[in-house]
Amino acid sequence: MKRSNNSIWGFIRKEFFHIFRDKKTLLLIFGLPVAQLLLFGFVVTNEIKDAKIAVFDQSKDYLSLQLVNKLVSSGYFILSDNLSNASQIDEVLKAGKAQLVVSIQPNFAAEFQKQGVASVQLNADASEPNTASILTAYASAIISDFAAENSGMPQQTLVSVQSRMLYNPDLKSVFMFVPGTMALILMLITAMMTSISIAREKEMGTMEVLLVSPLKPWQIVLGKVFPYIGLGFANALLIIILGYFVFMLPMRGSMVLLLLVTLLFIILALSLGILISTVSKTQQVAMFLSMFALLLPTILLSGFIFPIENMPVPLQWLSLIMPPRWFISALKTIMIKGEGLAFVYKEILVMLGMTIAFLSLSIKKFKIRL
Amino acid sequence: MSYGQTRALKGATFAVDEGELFGLIGPDGAGKTTLIRILASLLVPSGGSATMCGADVVRDYQAIRQMVGYMPGRFSLYQDLTVRENLEFFASVFGTTVEQNYRLIEDIYKMLEPFANRPAGKLSGGMKQKLALSCALIHKPKVLLLDEPTTGVDAVSRKEFWTMLRKLKNEGITMLVSTPYMDEAAQCDRIALIQNGDILQIVSPKQIVDSYAYDLFGIESKRPNAVIKALRADSRFQSSFLFGHEVHLSVEMRSIAVDAVERYLLENGIETIAVRRISPTIEDCFMSLMEHNNAIG
Repeated sequence: MKRSNNSIWGFIRKEFFHIFRDKKTLLLIFGLPVAQLLLFGFVVTNEIKDAKIAVFDQSKDYLSLQLVNKLVSSGYFILSDNLSNASQIDEVLKAGKAQLVVSIQPNFAAEFQKQGVASVQLNADASEPNTASILTAYASAIISDFAAENSGMPQQTLVSVQSRMLYNPDLKSVFMFVPGTMALILMLITAMMTSISIAREKEMGTMEVLLVSPLKPWQIVLGKVFPYIGLGFANALLIIILGYFVFMLPMRGSMVLLLLVTLLFIILALSLGILISTVSKTQQVAMFLSMFALLLPTILLSGFIFPIENMPVPLQWLSLIMPPRWFISALKTIMIKGEGLAFVYKEILVMLGMTIAFLSLSIKKFKIRL
Repeated sequence: MSYGQTRALKGATFAVDEGELFGLIGPDGAGKTTLIRILASLLVPSGGSATMCGADVVRDYQAIRQMVGYMPGRFSLYQDLTVRENLEFFASVFGTTVEQNYRLIEDIYKMLEPFANRPAGKLSGGMKQKLALSCALIHKPKVLLLDEPTTGVDAVSRKEFWTMLRKLKNEGITMLVSTPYMDEAAQCDRIALIQNGDILQIVSPKQIVDSYAYDLFGIESKRPNAVIKALRADSRFQSSFLFGHEVHLSVEMRSIAVDAVERYLLENGIETIAVRRISPTIEDCFMSLMEHNNAIG
């Protein structure tokens, strides 16, 4: 037993030498998460903030001015233009000077007082459909709010929809992107790095020498994987800290549970990386396989960017076998909803099952010869 | 063993004695690497069997991997690890330490010592080979399999390398060394000449030279290619090859004299600097064997 321990420690030591001497890759491993997180957190966002609107106020009375004030003071909109005739609506939208035009009917206050009904028209630039629908929804909400405040006759309101956004009342997209980025980074770094590092041994011919040694396949695999568990974990911590301090991500659930789930996902990603390495002969093949087999499905099918519920049914089934889907789901449940083990046990079981499947498959596929 | 349609190894039957320095000599593509990889348990032969120290290379591969030291043809150490780290790593893989078997590699390692902290990738070709040999030896293997250890190494380093192997023989390590350089055959106890996947002959270097059945002439001329062309046109001459700057001509024993060769070439308009009778080297013997084999095959 002592002998095999020695072999493994020697192997792990060697693996750390490889990692720490390759400064460029090391920089990539720790620079990538920061860059990705900042990118996804700040750039790729579907929140509305400071959208430009133009107002075509045909009434210009106290009430219409109040309405415009309310819209602008909401923080979602800035007033870019006051229009004086209807033909300008098209103009400002086409020129991109405004994303939304609010037209207020003539005699707005008078009509409202008299009949309790007044009309406001919203014209949005729907060349960006998502933005347009969010903008109109925000504006309508503000307007109905305004109407209710000023009518003093709540029974007049025919339908009143009250929606409450739970857990993420401001609909902050960061809440979505941080768990997603974490899954992406951990997948990339751990799976890709292990698969490349095993493929490198094959390419450089060192695997030939390792094979003609008493090392058993599981020893080689364990020696390869161990350092990357550490690296992956360090990365996960980095992302959690960034998410917490830079993006104010809540940490409502148990930290221990979160870290355990993260560790499980790292091991899962590693076992996938090993599986990839058993079928790739060169570093390049390993890299491409990791890219296509891991990166794209992580982004597209895990619910990271596109909600799983909106996918066609066959793709929803496909997403079931995507490891990041389960990790992201567990992460959100723990961090944002603050639930405990009882609500993530399914995710944990699925990930555990996948890990065992991948690991046993790779040890079986690991060639003990050339 | 075959790769697609090509059978790399057809009939290779041989036995190496314990403690012997056995050479596997043949041109590129003869099947040397395949043979060594089968013995190293890296390949499974499509037919036939092989055992080392009683262990079958397919069935008992784990036992084989405990007792074999293997040095592949390509430099296969970690280029980003230093000399010392490589050595320590391979020692740990075999569950031993550098100190434990230091005596065995002492002579070789002393030459590497000044570069102990240099990454292996930055060593010269000769140094790389010495390091690879040290790594293959560090666990005191019973059998050492060396695949073309001297390919791509300068002449001085090659000579040093063979001196090291002779020393290791005194330690009782059985060695199987493949090489495309026929002049290295003289360093082995016995050699197997291998070509196109067949072993042509297994002999000692002395035997092979003694059994050479032709008269051999060395012809020096300013136009060696013209000499070969002229000689090959006449059926009295068995074969002619260029060896360095000299043409080696073999003829049936006592069939022709030196001055007759000179005269023949002069008749063909070729002046010679010197024509003399020479004794065959291993290379001459191998060339004639190969030619003989081709004629049959």
